[in-house]
Amino acid sequence: MQAPIETRNLTKNFDDLIAVNDVTLRVEAGEVLALLGPNGAGKTTTIRMLASILMPTRGSVRVAGFDTAVNAAEVRRRVGLLTEHHGLYTRMKSQEYLAFFGRIYGLDSDHTDRRVAELLERFGLADATDQRLGQYSKGMRQKLAMARALLHDPDVLLLDEPTSAMDPESARLVRESILDLRSENRAIIVCTHNLSEAELLADRIAIIRNGRIVAQGTASQLMQDYLGNPVMELRVDGPLDGAVNLLPDEVNIREQGEDWIRFQSPDPQQVNPRIIANMAAAGVRIVTLSEVRRSLEEVYLSVMDREAQE
Amino acid sequence: MNLGLTRELPGAWIVARREIRDQLRDWRILTPIIILTLFFPLLMNITASTVVNFVEEYGATIIGDRLIPFLLLVVGFFPISISLVIALESFAGERERLSLEPLLATPLTDAQLYFGKMFASLLAPIAGAYLGIFVYLAGLLWRLGWTPTPELLAQVLALTAAQALLMVTAAVVISTQTTSVRGANLLASFVIIPAAQLIIVESLIMFWGRYNVLWWIVAALMLTSMVLGRMGLHLFNREELLGRDLDNVNLRWGLARFREGFRGKARSPFTWYRETITQTLPGMRGPLIIMALAMAAAYIIGVRSASTFTLPGELFDQERISAVFSTELSNFGFLSALGWKWVAFNNLRALAIASVLGAFSLGIVGMLLLMAPVGIIGYFAGNFALAGLDTSRLLTALVLPHGIIEIPAAIIAGAAILQLALAALSLPKGSSLGASWLVALGKWARLSLALVVPLIMVAAVLEVFVTPRVAVALLAGP
Repeated sequence: MQAPIETRNLTKNFDDLIAVNDVTLRVEAGEVLALLGPNGAGKTTTIRMLASILMPTRGSVRVAGFDTAVNAAEVRRRVGLLTEHHGLYTRMKSQEYLAFFGRIYGLDSDHTDRRVAELLERFGLADATDQRLGQYSKGMRQKLAMARALLHDPDVLLLDEPTSAMDPESARLVRESILDLRSENRAIIVCTHNLSEAELLADRIAIIRNGRIVAQGTASQLMQDYLGNPVMELRVDGPLDGAVNLLPDEVNIREQGEDWIRFQSPDPQQVNPRIIANMAAAGVRIVTLSEVRRSLEEVYLSVMDREAQE
Repeated sequence: MNLGLTRELPGAWIVARREIRDQLRDWRILTPIIILTLFFPLLMNITASTVVNFVEEYGATIIGDRLIPFLLLVVGFFPISISLVIALESFAGERERLSLEPLLATPLTDAQLYFGKMFASLLAPIAGAYLGIFVYLAGLLWRLGWTPTPELLAQVLALTAAQALLMVTAAVVISTQTTSVRGANLLASFVIIPAAQLIIVESLIMFWGRYNVLWWIVAALMLTSMVLGRMGLHLFNREELLGRDLDNVNLRWGLARFREGFRGKARSPFTWYRETITQTLPGMRGPLIIMALAMAAAYIIGVRSASTFTLPGELFDQERISAVFSTELSNFGFLSALGWKWVAFNNLRALAIASVLGAFSLGIVGMLLLMAPVGIIGYFAGNFALAGLDTSRLLTALVLPHGIIEIPAAIIAGAAILQLALAALSLPKGSSLGASWLVALGKWARLSLALVVPLIMVAAVLEVFVTPRVAVALLAGP
């Protein structure tokens, strides 16, 4: 079964520079992939190749069932691209701007009018139709650029920094829109530096460095792979003292305080009930036993660290 | 081709319409157009009436007669000069403001974007120029009762449009080589200076009263615009626009490209020299043929010019020529070591100038400079024939001994210059303008060093030591 986004050994050279190196990705319909990486890692070049703006030097890309090198126009018709910089025409107004793109996509004017009204409403821009785009705030511009990317109802969305420069409220609105779009069965790639946003939105995460995908998987898979077993925190009523000795051998103690201890457990479902039972038998009163939340940021930094050492 | 263009037009028009609407909202574009369209023609009107009245007082009516059509051309030229600014703004400006990428992500083809922007750059300035011409003519009719001939009007309208087209097509090429309007403005001198020179040439032609030559200029401008348009279409593509870091000097990369052309795959001086003869030279068959044909054409034009501009027959008195060759050879530095160095230096300097000028004029000026001496030889040969002299004997005596080396050297040099121009006009797939040009520059240097310079040196020695002796032997008196 063909996925809406599929790349195989995708490589892009600019003269002597290898911008993207052997990237293989697959994004299913109804899935969000977050592409993370430092500046200059190759995210934007990858996105541009997926949008059929740049052609790969090697490898292949199929988007919405079309080869980007063979059917570039068909691909562009089916892709909504939110560019890193909004790139609006500041002397235009929102309706006029979107109608211009509607004409380019070959939408009929009635349909465009309806769609424009719907999108402006959705992104909270309906009250700003009298203003020139030059008067818009950064967040409003970003939202309009998002509306532009959605105007032709694309099957595939490529969003480069969708919430950058947005106030928290607007950012939330856009994030909710992305989740709505996912539920509409679209394949979405989000490039972002905002790791908590990536964790919130993405079903899978790919980390790119120096043009290569160095890690790929779900957030929990990546955490497991790069940060090891889940970390549990046990808090007891009173000093720990000898309670540490009640922990099973397979746990790995990471740190401890007067009345708490953190340890890594290979299989919390099996190990935790035994710990509770041991503590209860020894008369130690447990206050909490919970998993310590680990962030994607830790994973990201760990990946970068490991890659830098290699 | 026709069908292709028809298919591209609707998309191009969508782009053009938006841009034109945008221009009409920009006071920085509107103000000069209005001033140059309405006020400037009125000013020219007053100038024309004043000058005509003034020169009539002294009976020099011809000045007024020639000035009025010239001002007609000027009135049209000023508004269209804005097309250059609009084009730079449209192509480089959109790139700088980062509004180009959303357009590149749409199904529009590269050609639709190119033509759309070109229409938009041309429409308002040409409309302004024609309106200005109309205002100027209306004023002249009212003040002096002067109307142009239909042919003159057609010539000025065609010249105005052709000049605008040339500036816009050149601006596109420039804009593809930079990511900022500032950079584009700096590069625009490559358009502004030739355009200013063109106006000077046109004014000379108009004051000379040779209006029919204007049609040739229109044709030359259209041809150059087509060449630049083809180049622009090739360069204005998504890959070129987003794929390259253009504004930073990358000396290492530049040197590598130059070396690629200069050294090729040679590993030793011997293989380098051998490959220059066996690979680089045959690889330039096209430019070599063009240059050889151009030299032949120059000779024919020279011969034919002799019947129009015939020199007095007494200049070719056989006895006088014999005397010169017998007595004054050493005065001209012939038969001396200093003489051959001077000749070699002079010829190499001419080739260097031709190369530099050729590099910045699509090879045209370089070719013309190299054709000129052959044209002069042809002109003298024509005059010799008209004076009843034995042309073949004179050419054998004066040209052949060194020309047999010097002319092939000039053909190779000219071909290398042409190759530089062709490198910009027909880019290999995936290669940038800069890369292609630097490789061609490397080949130019290779051919110059390996063949042209040595041949010129040998030709200079022959010219100073052998040609005079052959000339004396063949031409000196009995």
